[in-house]
Amino acid sequence: MATFDFDIYSLVGFQAVPPDWPGGFWWHWLFFTVVIISFVLAMVMGVIYIERRGMGRMQSRLGPNRTGPFGLLQPVADAVKVLLKEDIVPSAADKLVHWLAPVIAFAPVLVIFAVIPFENGALLADLNIGILYVVAISSVSTVGVFMAGWGSSNKYSLLGAMRNVAAVVSYEIPLVLAIVGVVLIAGSLSLNQIVVAQSIPFILLQPLGFLLFFAAGCAEINRSPFDLMEADSEIVAGFHTEYSGMKFAMFYLVEYAEAVAISAIITTLFLGGWKGPLLPPWLWFVVKVVLVFCAMVWTRTTLPRIRIDQLMAFAWKFLFPMALLNLFITALQVLAGWPTQLIWAMIMVNFAVMAIMVLIWSRFFFRLGWGRIEV
Amino acid sequence: MKFERYGIGIAKGLTVTIRHLLRHPTVNQYPEQRLNISRRFRGNELVWNQNKCTGCGTCAKACPQGAIEIVTATNMAENKYVVEKYQVDTGYCIQCGLCVESCPYEALYFSHTFECARYRRGELVQGKEDMLETPERKVSGYFYPDKANKLPKQTLLVEKVTEKR
Repeated sequence: MATFDFDIYSLVGFQAVPPDWPGGFWWHWLFFTVVIISFVLAMVMGVIYIERRGMGRMQSRLGPNRTGPFGLLQPVADAVKVLLKEDIVPSAADKLVHWLAPVIAFAPVLVIFAVIPFENGALLADLNIGILYVVAISSVSTVGVFMAGWGSSNKYSLLGAMRNVAAVVSYEIPLVLAIVGVVLIAGSLSLNQIVVAQSIPFILLQPLGFLLFFAAGCAEINRSPFDLMEADSEIVAGFHTEYSGMKFAMFYLVEYAEAVAISAIITTLFLGGWKGPLLPPWLWFVVKVVLVFCAMVWTRTTLPRIRIDQLMAFAWKFLFPMALLNLFITALQVLAGWPTQLIWAMIMVNFAVMAIMVLIWSRFFFRLGWGRIEV
Repeated sequence: MKFERYGIGIAKGLTVTIRHLLRHPTVNQYPEQRLNISRRFRGNELVWNQNKCTGCGTCAKACPQGAIEIVTATNMAENKYVVEKYQVDTGYCIQCGLCVESCPYEALYFSHTFECARYRRGELVQGKEDMLETPERKVSGYFYPDKANKLPKQTLLVEKVTEKR
């Protein structure tokens, strides 16, 4: 335990592993790497099942129910099917970029989970800049997506990838500003510290922040209704038009792993992470992640896909000013010391502020290009 | 002031999907579950009455596809034709009903069944025994108004099923 004297601690402020942890740094690293990879893969399979069945039921059908009991083996069947498919590379493709893109898209999603606490202190690396790290890393998979669009030498792929870049660049800003509100209240960037600071879930203190983060998060990972980069009715399948077999499976995996990652971050920031009565903390964490994902499926089933100009207008003319105002109000409240003293006043004021701001802004200020449609 | 723009519309949509989630799905699993169809349904399988058929071969002549094959022999003792072979290749049949309409002895009908898909081509050819009226293959009212009037007045799909196989 006393032997790790890496410089990396001083660089990133690595909090030492719990004192009762068996072995040392590398055992900790090995254990959590295995846990994270298996957690992500298992969650992705479960989440695909939940999405397909849940979406089916919401559309008054049954969803996949032929493979195994209740169709539980459907993700396995999908995986086997996709593995046995031929790997087709277009002759005009940039071979190296085309091959590298799925890997580059997938790696950052896995890496995000390094800083997400499964229990108090149970995480791969308790960075003191945890949430900043998440924001920085999560944008990298856009590079993978753009490489896929570029490397395929296909107009639709490139168009889809460009849309993705545009969406990520725009939605990153309200996303980060929504996070900053939470960080102000918690007083720390470390995800574990943020969870520890939540005596009540921050969704009560930051209702507007939660909505902003949810919308911007959905747009960031390109889930419906913001799934413009793979809009089937417009640009075939977007950036993964030219992908088949295992590479396509990687992109499919990325899509759902990102959804799980955003659910996990929402859980950590707004819903109290691993905190909860009775059940063990890690189970609370998984339950909350699944619940947030169900909400995503719910919105996906309900809302139709928006146009690209609506996407941009929503980010810059609605979410961005809302996030700024939210940040300003939260800062005032923190200056007044509300998070620790008048906590119920803060909850009520914040809910009222959310309702009034959304109403006023959408009534008087939000316009789609003032009558001009420019795409 | 219309509130549809301020998230009320979204909330309405969300309640619709949640309501669908909580109720039973409207679909049914076809091969295992079927809807009960009306007795008045005009199916596309032929029913042949062995006693009424005289072996005149009018149906075979009327068939535009030449799908009906009939072979008769003479029964000298009773002074009538005996139908030795009566087979319909349902793969060629276009369900036009001309054979039923042309039969002078009311020996040929449409049944109310409709599932004539088979796994092999050879199975599509129906012989004499396959064409008789059985409890599963009842006669429909097609071209015979007196038979049609006896059938219960029903809509196409009678009830939400549910026969499990």
